[in-house]
Amino acid sequence: MAELLQFLFSGLTVGATYALVALGFVIIYNASGVINFAQGEFVMAGGMASAFLVAAGVALPLAVVIAVVAGVAIGVALEKFAIEPARRAPVVTLIIITIGASIAIRGLAQLLLGKQFHTVPPFTGDNPIVIGGATILPQALWVIGASIAVVIGLGAFFSRTRLGKAMLATANNRRAAQLVGINVRFILLLSFGLSALLGAVAGVLISPITLTSYDVGIMVGLKGFAAAMLGGLGNGIGAIVGGLMLGLAEALGAGYLSSAYKDLIAFVIILAVLVFMPGGLFGKASTERV
Amino acid sequence: MRSPVLRALISATAVYAFAATAATAEVEAPTIKIGSFLSVTGPAAFLGDPEEKTLKLYVEKLNKAGGVIGRKLELIVYDDAGDSDKARTFAKRLIDQDKVDVIIGGTTTGTTMAAVPLMEQAGVPFISLAGAVVIVEPVKKWVFKTPHTDRMACEKIFGDMKARGISKIGMIAGAGGFDRSMRQECLKVADKYGITVVADESYGAKDSDMTAQLTKIKSAAGIQALVNPGFGQGPAIVTKNFRQLGMMMPLYQSHGVASKEFIKLAGEAAEGVRLPASALLIAEILPTSDPQREVVVGYKKDYEAKYGSEVSTFGGHAYDGLFLAVEAIKRAKSTDKGKVRDALEATKGYVGTAGVVNMSATDHMGLDLTAFRMLEVRKGNWTLVK
Repeated sequence: MAELLQFLFSGLTVGATYALVALGFVIIYNASGVINFAQGEFVMAGGMASAFLVAAGVALPLAVVIAVVAGVAIGVALEKFAIEPARRAPVVTLIIITIGASIAIRGLAQLLLGKQFHTVPPFTGDNPIVIGGATILPQALWVIGASIAVVIGLGAFFSRTRLGKAMLATANNRRAAQLVGINVRFILLLSFGLSALLGAVAGVLISPITLTSYDVGIMVGLKGFAAAMLGGLGNGIGAIVGGLMLGLAEALGAGYLSSAYKDLIAFVIILAVLVFMPGGLFGKASTERV
Repeated sequence: MRSPVLRALISATAVYAFAATAATAEVEAPTIKIGSFLSVTGPAAFLGDPEEKTLKLYVEKLNKAGGVIGRKLELIVYDDAGDSDKARTFAKRLIDQDKVDVIIGGTTTGTTMAAVPLMEQAGVPFISLAGAVVIVEPVKKWVFKTPHTDRMACEKIFGDMKARGISKIGMIAGAGGFDRSMRQECLKVADKYGITVVADESYGAKDSDMTAQLTKIKSAAGIQALVNPGFGQGPAIVTKNFRQLGMMMPLYQSHGVASKEFIKLAGEAAEGVRLPASALLIAEILPTSDPQREVVVGYKKDYEAKYGSEVSTFGGHAYDGLFLAVEAIKRAKSTDKGKVRDALEATKGYVGTAGVVNMSATDHMGLDLTAFRMLEVRKGNWTLVK
């Protein structure tokens, strides 16, 4: 029983990270149809920035805030300089541009911040808390708690504010949104900024537990994408559920089946979803009117 | 350009300048080319980075002192980022294009083994800086290595365990060449020390969470200690997770983490971790009668003065590799690859950072178990276990 609880704890912690990254994918996809493969680099940016600021002597709370702002800045810059100039290009081209951007961001991080691994001090200490025979780090509670807070905040933004509703409208029907006077270009910029916010928050939360380096973005991005696909690309709730399920599947798979194939689980899920259930768990099967 | 005369004049000047520099270069004796492919970036960065720094530092130092057999050393380094395919490509480039005289490199077992067939085919002496015993067993004509083998690490660890009355252990290893090799070796020699392995887990190279595997190990019946073969960030995360789960049994690491970087990454979790490592890490507390003291203290001083960061055994392996090659070239009095290879094989009594090296036709590593010391991490520093 204690074992199962332990697996659940680690699964939920890493699952919360995947959920945030998956949400980022979904927001940008909804606003533009583009799958932003640089999503993982936002996570890396958040983690690396906080590691460096703390190493430079900045107090942890301030470092975290600045790191998140830096991540958002990178997301906005990505949209302004890489996506917007190419906005008339087909979606596939834009997706390839995001792949190129992720390679560029990784290269910059390697050049500017070095190739080593870095640690970030945990927010409230390192002593594991024992619950029912299993242990959980205080930082893991931060990850889960902050993720819940972010998701609730996002939900309120989309349903209560005009800007949020405008984003939903754009996702639903871009042409109609333009016709009622919504600035669609700004919505796209906002979607990148929001996704970067989610990614950077995930990065600063998870770095004290895992380590951070210039290339953590690749795996995190791919797994977040798997989670988004699992939940149904375009569905926010689906992304969260997908992320948590993926995290749990990894932890339980490593615990009960074989630890050597942990990474395999995410990729098997992508393949299975694409082949059997392209709409994901919550997505609708799409039809095209001829 | 406007005037054809002007154009001709400029090209003539360029050709003359080029010829002049080429001519002056030919007046000096040809350089001794030392080729190297290292994992300066990537998961093995905290092994490859000090190796590169050490090679650069001492090649410069040797050149300032007049070079070797009257010729300057030229160092050519490529970064394979821990990727075996890239390592093989770079080794090919070193042999075919750069035409090096000797190769010192192969930070990891994976990158070394990928390149070994090339050195054997081309007949170029190769000193590897990687750990697994498979590099020199069976003995390959052109391949040597400086670090202690993984089998020696297992034997040193098991010897220490036996002295502490430990007989049931668990193992958790990564997916890399060295990790797998050391795990195999440990399983092979466990019986000799009365050790039974009751748990055997693994993790991926880029995994960031090993709590699932450690939870399984924690619940294995009668388990008394844990061994973690590996290097890079994997063992650091294992160590952190180990403490996070409140596991109190002894934790042994391999010499793959013999660097302050490991202590930095694992933080407080590293307290009490034991590992076999070379005397280099405890240079200052070595007794003056220890034959290695002069070499390790000297290297430590040079490296820390130049780079401002602490020494690691990996830089020490590069130091040993370079000086073994240099001594061999001196004894062979040439860079003829066959003669250098023979001289390397005949190395006797070379005192390096890893230990005293005595090579032979059947032993291309030359170290014995006394070269390994058992260390323990206390308060963020290395201490010697008696």
